[in-house]
Amino acid sequence: MHELAATTALLQVALDTAIEAGARRVLAIDVVIGDLTSMVDDSVQFYFDLLSRDTAAAGAVLRFRREPAMAECRDCSAREPVRPPLSPVCGQCGSLAVQVTGGQQFHVESVEVSDEGAGSK
Amino acid sequence: MKVPVVSEILKANDQVALENRATFDAHGLTVVNVMASPGAGKTSVILGTIERLPAGIRPGVIEGDIASSIDADRIAARDIAVVQINTGGNCHLDAPMIRSALAHLPLAQLELLFIENVGNLICPANYRLGADLALVIASVPEGHDKPYKYPGMFTAADIVLLNKWDMAGPCEFDVEAFERGVRLVNPEVPIVRLSCRTGEGMSAWLEQLGTRLPAPAGTVR
Repeated sequence: MHELAATTALLQVALDTAIEAGARRVLAIDVVIGDLTSMVDDSVQFYFDLLSRDTAAAGAVLRFRREPAMAECRDCSAREPVRPPLSPVCGQCGSLAVQVTGGQQFHVESVEVSDEGAGSK
Repeated sequence: MKVPVVSEILKANDQVALENRATFDAHGLTVVNVMASPGAGKTSVILGTIERLPAGIRPGVIEGDIASSIDADRIAARDIAVVQINTGGNCHLDAPMIRSALAHLPLAQLELLFIENVGNLICPANYRLGADLALVIASVPEGHDKPYKYPGMFTAADIVLLNKWDMAGPCEFDVEAFERGVRLVNPEVPIVRLSCRTGEGMSAWLEQLGTRLPAPAGTVR
C-alpha cells in the first residue's frame, strides 16, 4: 500500500527530469531501493504502470537496484548483507556484537529519455 | 539519452517538512512525531505525558488516522488543542498534510506539539514531517521480535518507549532480545520501559523529553 504514494513521487521525479532535459518521453528509470525500506519492486512496478498511463512515462521500464543493509560484527569484523527479519547473531563467529547499517536508500539514479514522441519509432 | 539525476524520490515531501520545521521554530515549538503499531498506546502515551507536563508547557496534538475521530475526541475531551487528519486510506502522514493541519492550531499559544502518526511500523518512518523528535512506541503484547522485523522504524527513532511493561511477565516478553534488536540498528537510542496503566517509567520518559523542551516561560537559565 505505501508504495502508491512513493511511486507517485517517483513518477514525478521522472517527468520533471524529462521536462528539464527537453525530452518528450521517459524510456527507463534507474531506481535504488534499500533493503530496509520495506519497498517491494513488484508493487512499485504495478503502481507505476497504472499511474504513468497517459503520461510521457507510459511504458517506461523500471530498473531496480537493491541497496543491501550490511551487518558488521564488532568482534570478528565480518561483514555480510542482511534482510529483515534481521538476526542478532554474527553469521561467522556467533557473537551478539552486531551492528546493521545502510539499506535506507530510496532514490532515482538516472532517467533515460527520448526526444521522439510516443507514436514515432 | 540517459540523464543522471540522483534525486531523493521523496524530496518534494522533505522540502515541505523543512518548511514545517521553520514554522515550528518560528513559534518556539517542540514537535514530536509519534509512531507505533495500531494499539501500542500512542494516544495513551500522549495523554499520560500531557498530564505530567511541567506548568507553562502548553501542548497541542495532531491526530492522524485512516478514518474516524475517536482519538481526537479523547484528546478534545481534556480541553487540549487538537486537529484530526483523516488520511482516507493512506497509511502514513506526510509533510503537506501537517502543513494543512497547522492552520487549525493556535501555534503561538503552544510549546509542545505531538503528531500521532497512523498506526503502522512501515511507511511513517520514510516520511519526514518536520518534527524535532521521532518517538517510536513498541508495546509488550506485540512481541519482542518487532525490531528484527521492522528495522527501518527503529532506525528512525530518537527515543524508543516500550509500553505496557506491566504485562511483560504474562506475555513472556524477552526484553533483552527486544533491546538487542533495537541496538542492532540504532546503538545509542534511549529505550524507556513504561506503563501508561501504572505510570511506571513515565518520569524517565519525561526526563528524556524535558531535555528537548524549551524552558517554561519565566524560567531563567
